[in-house]
Amino acid sequence: MGETLQLQKNRILGGGAKKRVCVVTGTHGDELEGQYVAYLLAMALRARPELLDGIVDIYPAINPLGINSINRSSPLSDLDMNRLFPGSADGNTTEAFIDAVTRDIRGADICIDIHASNIFLTELPQVRVGERMAKDLVPPARRLNMPIIWVHANATVLESTLAYSLNELGTPTLVVEMGVGMRITPAFGEQLTHGILHLMDHMGMWGEKVRITPATLVGRDRHVTFLNAESSGIFIAETRVGQTVGAGERIGFIADPVRGELIEAVTSPAEGLLFTIREYPVVYQGSLMARILNN
Amino acid sequence: MKRQTLFTIDTIYRQPLAVEGLFFSDAPGAEPAVAVVGALRGDEVQQMYICSLLAGALSRLEQEGGLARGKKILVVPCLNTFSMNIGARFWAVDNTDVNRMFPGYDRGETTQRIAAALFAELRGYAFGVHLTSFYQRGNFMPHVRLWETGYQDAALADGFRLPYVIHSAPQPYDTTTLAYNLQIFGAQAFSVYSRNTSTIHEKSARRALRAILAFLAAQGCLSAAGAEREGAPADPAYPDSAAPLHIAADALLTVLSTHGGLYFPSREPGDSVAEGDALASIRDPFTGEEKELVRAPAPGRVFFSHEGNLIAGHDVCFRIIQE
Repeated sequence: MGETLQLQKNRILGGGAKKRVCVVTGTHGDELEGQYVAYLLAMALRARPELLDGIVDIYPAINPLGINSINRSSPLSDLDMNRLFPGSADGNTTEAFIDAVTRDIRGADICIDIHASNIFLTELPQVRVGERMAKDLVPPARRLNMPIIWVHANATVLESTLAYSLNELGTPTLVVEMGVGMRITPAFGEQLTHGILHLMDHMGMWGEKVRITPATLVGRDRHVTFLNAESSGIFIAETRVGQTVGAGERIGFIADPVRGELIEAVTSPAEGLLFTIREYPVVYQGSLMARILNN
Repeated sequence: MKRQTLFTIDTIYRQPLAVEGLFFSDAPGAEPAVAVVGALRGDEVQQMYICSLLAGALSRLEQEGGLARGKKILVVPCLNTFSMNIGARFWAVDNTDVNRMFPGYDRGETTQRIAAALFAELRGYAFGVHLTSFYQRGNFMPHVRLWETGYQDAALADGFRLPYVIHSAPQPYDTTTLAYNLQIFGAQAFSVYSRNTSTIHEKSARRALRAILAFLAAQGCLSAAGAEREGAPADPAYPDSAAPLHIAADALLTVLSTHGGLYFPSREPGDSVAEGDALASIRDPFTGEEKELVRAPAPGRVFFSHEGNLIAGHDVCFRIIQE
């Protein structure tokens, strides 16, 4: 009451081309890394309008109520909005809103869906691509200036994500994961903004060369090692994302503050690139502490 | 009744979460017949309460020899005391929903491990009954719901003797629920929806108890006479039905609000309505002026009603079974 639920979009036009790039973020209200990218990208496009030839639609907040209440889900239904796509015009408020989002983006030449991790983990910037779409999506993903592309299995439950739904509707959509929930990591935001401009240059939409770091590792599920806690306690990380770790190398430990005891030393079972590390120290049996992309 | 801890999960600064199961007719060699699961979420007080009623009824029947030998029944009243004790609906640490984690993964995240541990206990039972709640806040007519997985035997749902059986085509998001996975892994699984969730509604709880006892009798776990005696007497508001109406979930008529505001429903689940009947009034929250009179678009019976004194624009006020 007293307000209307609105989808905010910043449309930036340049030249006469009809190619359209959509940059989407804020589906999870506790993931804010994309806010900085939305800002940087809009600023870059406004600063050099003569370089743009096409349409860039920036959607900074798919879940405006969540962002305003530090709520990952939609506060109206307590459901993860990224499990409700493509939405339903006849559904409840949230489902109808998602239907409107899908219809608005559909038809774009490419969509980039920016996520942060949740509050529990920090992620090295990465693009996630479902196996079924890998052939089409890995080439544009390589242009996004992200160090890792993770080609993952297509789980049925993920068929209700924004990316899956749009890909099924013929709009190529890349999912970016980077940083940590409730925080902004400026370096990651700058890195991705460069990547988006580089991709736009490749698509003929941006009239300036943007240099990116070409080395992108492409990993599949079988290359990724998960480290989950076997004890409950306080996790102390001793490594940061982006570090290469050796087999048997300690990456942190779980402590018992009551007894002053080390409960569990957390070691890497394989050599590789540490691309996920636990940020939130409280862990239970099963809590994810780290992910490693095996060499 | 044998009360047993099924599994535990360690916590920090709290005692371990111990998930308990209540076993009936658990003699050696008994075949696992029916598993009944109550609250997976921390606010499902009504669902836990129904399990407690069921446990009382089955205990009395067991003591007097009224349960069939060789047909084991398991009741898990509450998976998530960890959240219930602090008033949280989902897993209290990371706000994930255990009922979106099945069949679970025993090497995965905490709620995946909890789901896997419970699922391992439930595997092998011929029938699964899950007392659950809906993601939209509101009240239902008590009913049975089943997933159209291709493995369902819909006629078995008639054994609950509830007036409505809702058939749902699973969406991707539903493929991680308990009932869906029980069905996929070989059981005949049903979800029983009572009227309330976080507060006890005695009449509909008793109706759900009656339904589960009838189902247990239909599966030969107890006698029809035992079910009749232990089940509450039929309430006119929640009648028995020997031939329930089977309805596809998407055939329910959805009545949406146009405006948001203060919400005053005049009809409730179970009410019969004629086309054009006033169902609810939505008023300006500051002036009290009526913004919208929500009317029935077709004749039928109210099946679901929105709960709460406020409503948003374009939200579901009612779902109606067309008659």
